[in-house]
Amino acid sequence: MDIYGGVGRRALSLAGKLGAVALMIKSLFIWLFRAAPETREIIKQSVRIGVDSLAVTVLTSFFTGMVLALQMGYTSKNWFNEPLYIGTMVAFSLVKELAPVLTSIVVAGRVGAAVTAEIGTMRVTEQLDALYTLGTNPVRYLLIPRYIAFMLTLPLLTVFADFTGVLGGFLVSTVKLGVPSSVYWNDIFTFMEIKNFMHGFLKTFAFAFMIATVSCYKGLHCEEGAEGVGKATTEAVVMSMVLVLVLDYFVSAMLVAAGII
Amino acid sequence: MIEVKNLSKIYSGRKVLDNASAVINDGEIFSVIGPSGCGKSTFLKCVVRLIKPDSGQVLLDGREISVVDDEFELAKIRRDFGYLFQGGALFDSLTVMENVTFGLKYLTEIPKKEYPRIAREKLALVGLENAENLKPAELSGGMKKRAALARAIAAEPKYIFYDEPTTGLDPITSEMVLGLISDMAAKLKITSIIVTHDIKLAFAISNRIAMLYNGNFENAGTPDEMRKSGNPVVQKFIEDALSAEHVRRH
Repeated sequence: MDIYGGVGRRALSLAGKLGAVALMIKSLFIWLFRAAPETREIIKQSVRIGVDSLAVTVLTSFFTGMVLALQMGYTSKNWFNEPLYIGTMVAFSLVKELAPVLTSIVVAGRVGAAVTAEIGTMRVTEQLDALYTLGTNPVRYLLIPRYIAFMLTLPLLTVFADFTGVLGGFLVSTVKLGVPSSVYWNDIFTFMEIKNFMHGFLKTFAFAFMIATVSCYKGLHCEEGAEGVGKATTEAVVMSMVLVLVLDYFVSAMLVAAGII
Repeated sequence: MIEVKNLSKIYSGRKVLDNASAVINDGEIFSVIGPSGCGKSTFLKCVVRLIKPDSGQVLLDGREISVVDDEFELAKIRRDFGYLFQGGALFDSLTVMENVTFGLKYLTEIPKKEYPRIAREKLALVGLENAENLKPAELSGGMKKRAALARAIAAEPKYIFYDEPTTGLDPITSEMVLGLISDMAAKLKITSIIVTHDIKLAFAISNRIAMLYNGNFENAGTPDEMRKSGNPVVQKFIEDALSAEHVRRH
């Protein structure tokens, strides 16, 4: 009987949390159209999420491109005695999957955690209540700028990651594997279409929305005290990273069904 | 005038407020005393609608605000309110100047170029002339309280709510904050509602005092009436609080 009770309580708790997320998103859209955007906060958050994450994103992607070229080059050499279609494989892997997913995971870990910790600390020190008494509210002042910043910067970061990853692959292909540079670029532009790029690019909007939702929700609903903030931050990072991978499958499936492949 | 009628709030099955009623007249300093955890802060937050009461009414100049759910409307109502939080609740990422002027954008139609002048004026009023460019992390406890008070009065509200204004402060800073509250009420004609367990503060500056006990107001009256009250709960609280104060000081 206790097992059923436990399952029931967990189901109710989950339903409650999903309901709270839905209400938060509803409130977000209401205030998005009801009040002027906090331009200064949007710029500040865009710098924090985008500009400040650029170096780590570029570095991650560059080395991913390098290792992809290395692995594919030597596998191709073993099978066909020469490195074939390295550019094609590096570019397709990066543009469609690795750059959007890795960039989102890096941003979730670096910025998502900071957003949860910041909002959570504001909650436990009554700064969120202070927003209400000063004529605004957390949705308008904190959430909307962060959502907009995530939605603007994550796709842009992914574009940077696409280019630097391909450059990393180019470096290994030409220097280490001896592939002529014209062959590398030709392999990419012969097969790559704009819709291949769009497949990866469009996914990042879904990832950005999800990371913003998880980080903001966890911050707004964290338990009291420093321990509560720490717990919420860890949960937000883990949940965002797992959901990036889960969402990746479903969004990819939808894009494939829509012919954006 | 604020009228509170039969206010009730339940947290996790515990009745924090149980049909609490009070009237706060314009221009007066009204203190709510009571032991820690008796629901004083909940009462304050229900009045300014940071918490929605389960039942009961809050009337602001005759208008019932406890039924307003629209956040846009509530923001308009809160233009009349200033709130000093227990820990100050200054925004960490902003300077003292930015904190003080924060509400002006949302609560008033004052042009932006006037903000620095207003901030300096309010900071001078609380004795923080040279702190405008500091961040909250660089301020002492007393300075934080004073900066928060400057922020609360920046938009010149009709009512100020003080949540434990002297908690965590040394006796000298407590005296200073106490003087500031009296000054605000006298100079700016602001109605003040103070929630405190600092009995000395309540008796020193209040026009009327009410004691919250078991979710309800046990007694309300002038400081003299409270001292002479025949209510055993009130008498015990006053005696205990004063003897604790005596022990703390010696």
